[in-house]
Amino acid sequence: MADVIATSTVNLGSLTRIPEGQGRCYVVGAEEIAVFRQRDGRLFATQNRCPHRNGPLSEGVMGGGKVICPLHSRRFDLKDGAGSEVGECVRVYAVKIVDGEIVISL
Amino acid sequence: MKKLVVVGNGMAGARVVEEILKRAPDRFDIVMLGAEPYGNYNRILLSNVLNGTQSAPDIFMNPLSWYRDNGVTLHAGVKAARIDRERRVVMGAPLKKTALAYAEDAEGEEDAAPIEVPYDHVIIATGSRPFVPPMEGFGGPGTFLFRTIDDCSRIADYAKASRRAAVIGGGLLGLEAARGLLTHDVDVTILEAAPQLMMAQLDQESGDMLRATISGMGINVLSNAITTRIVRTDGRISHLEFKDGSTLETDMVVVSAGIRPITEVAAASGLAVGKGIVCDDQMRTSDPAIFALGECVEHRGKTYGLVDPIWEMANVLADVITDANPAAAYLGSKLGTKLKVMGVELASMGETRSTDPADEVVVYREPAHGIYKKIVVRDGEIAGAILLGEIEAASTLMQMFMAGTKVPARRADLLFGSPTGVALLQASDLPDNAQVCNCNGVSKRQIVDAIQDKGCRSVSKVGACTKAGLGCGSCKGLVAQLLESCLGEVGYDPTEHYYVPGVPLEKSQLVAEIKSRGLKSVSAVFQELAGGTEDPGSKVGLASLLKTLWPDEYDDERDARFINDRVHANIQKDGTFSVVPRIYAGVTTPDELMRIAQVAIKYNVPTVKITGGQRIDLLGIKKDDLPGVWKDLGMPSGHAYTKSFRTCKSCVGTDFCRYGVGDSIALAQKIERRFQGVESPHKMKLATAGCPRNCSEAYVKDLGAVAIEGGQWEIYLGGAAGGSVRKGDLLCTVATHEDVLKYMGRFIQYYREHGRYLERTYHFVERVGIDNLRKILIEDSLGIGDRLDADIQKAVDAYRDPWQEAEVPIHHAQFNEAELAYALEVAENNG
Repeated sequence: MADVIATSTVNLGSLTRIPEGQGRCYVVGAEEIAVFRQRDGRLFATQNRCPHRNGPLSEGVMGGGKVICPLHSRRFDLKDGAGSEVGECVRVYAVKIVDGEIVISL
Repeated sequence: MKKLVVVGNGMAGARVVEEILKRAPDRFDIVMLGAEPYGNYNRILLSNVLNGTQSAPDIFMNPLSWYRDNGVTLHAGVKAARIDRERRVVMGAPLKKTALAYAEDAEGEEDAAPIEVPYDHVIIATGSRPFVPPMEGFGGPGTFLFRTIDDCSRIADYAKASRRAAVIGGGLLGLEAARGLLTHDVDVTILEAAPQLMMAQLDQESGDMLRATISGMGINVLSNAITTRIVRTDGRISHLEFKDGSTLETDMVVVSAGIRPITEVAAASGLAVGKGIVCDDQMRTSDPAIFALGECVEHRGKTYGLVDPIWEMANVLADVITDANPAAAYLGSKLGTKLKVMGVELASMGETRSTDPADEVVVYREPAHGIYKKIVVRDGEIAGAILLGEIEAASTLMQMFMAGTKVPARRADLLFGSPTGVALLQASDLPDNAQVCNCNGVSKRQIVDAIQDKGCRSVSKVGACTKAGLGCGSCKGLVAQLLESCLGEVGYDPTEHYYVPGVPLEKSQLVAEIKSRGLKSVSAVFQELAGGTEDPGSKVGLASLLKTLWPDEYDDERDARFINDRVHANIQKDGTFSVVPRIYAGVTTPDELMRIAQVAIKYNVPTVKITGGQRIDLLGIKKDDLPGVWKDLGMPSGHAYTKSFRTCKSCVGTDFCRYGVGDSIALAQKIERRFQGVESPHKMKLATAGCPRNCSEAYVKDLGAVAIEGGQWEIYLGGAAGGSVRKGDLLCTVATHEDVLKYMGRFIQYYREHGRYLERTYHFVERVGIDNLRKILIEDSLGIGDRLDADIQKAVDAYRDPWQEAEVPIHHAQFNEAELAYALEVAENNG
C-alpha cells in the first residue's frame, strides 16, 4: 500500500513583505520557516533555526543560493539544505510566487 | 581472582594499584604491605609539613578509606622481610610503633605473629632510604633524617629546644629541610660536601648564584664541607668537626644527602640486585612473577629519584600485568624538573654540564637579579638546560628536550622567544593527538588528514576544511609548518590575498576597479567583477569598502549588511539584541541615567550591564522593541555592533585626579564626537589617559592618547588587550588636542584604505610597520597627508546616527519579528 502524504499549501502574503536580497521568518502552525528573496528574483524556503545553535537563518546574509547563519557563520545551501558542517543540514520547502504572493508547500 | 601482593605503600605502590584498578578493577585480589602506619602520602610535600604550611593530613593521597573503598587489604605498619618464591608467599612482620620505617634494622613488634600472604604476582615498591655519609656520632639524640611524616614531627620538636641547626646535604631535599627549619626560629647552616649547591640540577655558576640568594635569606652555606664527627658535650650536640679540621657549633643535625634504593627484600628473596632491583622494560625482576617499580629499581643501569619516572613505570607495569598491553615498555626517562626552592624558581633538565667538546653552550646571565639561563645544544638538539630566577621558557624547552626537537638557528629564541612571534616548537614534532588550534579544538592528526586525504594545499584550505586557524589565528604558523612537512611547501593560494573570497582581486586592485568603473553598490561589484555571481560571504566586506570609498554616494543595499548593521544592535545567542547608547568618553548625566533606567523598566530588560568601554549595555531586547527603546532613550547609537569606530574611554584626567597632566575627558569626547560610527576594516576601540599611569588602558587600544608632563600627548597605534595582547607603538608626540585628532584621523583613513577586511589594527600596524606609518602619516613621505585629512573629513561629515531609523525605517519589515501565517488550503494526496 502506498504511503499517504499530506501536503498543505500556505499563502504567506505579498512578496514585497520581504526586502530584496534578505530573508524573513514566518510562523506556520508550530514551525518557523525562513523565506529568502534573492536579488535575481529566485525564492527559497528553509527551516528558520540553524541546527548548530538555533541561530535565526532568516536574519543571515544570503545570496548565490546560500545563507550564512548570523550566530556562528554556518553556511547552508538553500536549494537542498546541505550544510557546511558534517551532519548539519536544514529542511527545505517548495516555494513559489502566485499573483505576487508567496505560496509555500509543507 | 589472582592474588597480587604489593610490597610498599608509598607513592609508587599506591600509584601502580590505582593504574591497575583503572584497567581491570576485578582482576586481582590486592594486598598491600606498608612499613609506615599510614595510607600513602605525598612525600614531595613533606617540607611543607616541616615548615608548617601544611598539616600531615593535608598531604595524604590515599587515606585509609581509599583502600577500603577499593577492596584493597592494607597491612599498615607491616614490613615485608622476604618473598618465599617456592611457597609463593610474602613474609612480613609488624614493626614496633617507635621503629624507623625505612631503617635496615627496624625492630619488629615483640610477640607479634609474622604475616604470610600468598601470591600469584608480587610488585615490589619499597622505595629508597636516606643516605647517611660516613661520620662518627650520627644516630644519637639531636640527629635526624628527613624522609617521613614522623621525621618531620621529631625534627620540629627538637628544634624548639635548639638555637642552631646544621643540614648535611645541599641538594633539593637539603634546601627544603633548611627552609622548614628556618620557620622554627633556629640559625640554619647548610653543609654541602660538593663545591656547590644542587649538584644534580645546577652547574657551578648557577649553584653559586642560588647560594648568594639564599644567603640573603639568612641561611648560612658551607661548601666542600665534609663532616667527619658529631661531637657531644653532656649528652647534647655541641659542634661538628670537618675533614679539613674546621668546626661548626650546632645543637642539632639533619641529614638529607640523597637516597639509596631499598633492596633487602629483593636480595633476601634471591632476586637480581645491583644498584637497585634489576628490572627489564616490562618492569619484571629476574623472577617473571615479581615486578618492581619506583626508586628501588635499577633499569638499564639507572636509578631514579623523581616522581615522573614513577608514573611512567606505573603505567607500563599496569599495562603489562593486566594484559591491557603486554608489550608496553618502559624505555627510561629523560629527567627534567621545574621547582621552587625557597622562593627561587628554577628549571633544570638533562645534562647541565657540557661533557662533549663539540657541545654548543649558550648562556645568559644577569647576576644582579639572580637570573641565569644556560642551554647545552648537542647535534642540534637540547641536551640539557638550566633556568634560574626566570623560567618562562621552561615548558617550551622541556617539550623540545623531551621530544628531541631540533632547535632554531637563532639560539637566543630558545631563551627569549622569537622576535617574529614564530613558535619555536616544530609542529612536526608534536604528537598526533596534540591540539594545534585551541580555539576550535583541532588536533594535529585532523590537520594532517586534511592535507593528505582531502588535498588541502594552503593554510586557508586547511582552515576551511578543519576550522584550524579560524579562531584567534595564532596557530596558522603551525598549520603552515605542517603543510610544509607534509608537502614540502606551502601552496600559494591566491585566494588568500583576495579582499573578499567572491571577487578575485586583491584590495588595491579591487579599489582601482571600483573607482574606475564607478561601482557604488555591492550588486554592481558582483555584476562587473565577479561574473554576476553573488557570494554571501563577500557581501559584508564589500559593503564596508564601498562605504569607505564613496562616503556620500554609496548605494546602501541593506541585504549586504550583517544583521547587526541592519537593525543597529548586536544579536545575542537567543536571537534578542543588545543596545548600547553612546556615552561620550564615559561621562554621563543623572538625566541620561534616569532615561536608561526607565527604558530598562518599561521594556523588561533582563540584564543591564556596565561594559568594558565605559558604557551601559541593555541586553535581551526584542527586535520589534528596538525603535521604541531608541526613541525613549533619546541618545545616539554607541555602534557597539559594527566594524567601525566603537568608543573612546577616558580616565578622569585633570579636573579631579591628583596625577592627571592632560585633560583626557575633553580629548576623548572630541575624539568620540568626531569619529563616531566611522567604518573600518575591523572595530576600533580607543582610549585617552591623563597621565602615563594609564588607568584607561590607552597603551593597549587600537588608538590611544597618553598625556605626558609638559602638556604633550603621545599617540599609540595598534595596541590590543583582547584575544591578543600588545602594547601599541608610539606614532608621535604632539602638543594639542587638535593635533591628536588630526593624526588619529590620518591613521584611521589610511587603515580604512589599506587594512584587509577584518584585519585589526594590531595586525595592520605590525604588517605595515610603525616606522613606515611614521613616514607616511607624520613626515608625509607619500604626499598624501592632506588628501587623507580631507577624506576622513568626508567620512565624518557623512555620519548619520542610525538610530534615527526608529522614526523612518528603511523597510517596513526592518524591525519586525516573525510573521504568523495560517494554512489556507489543505490538499490530500494519495500517492
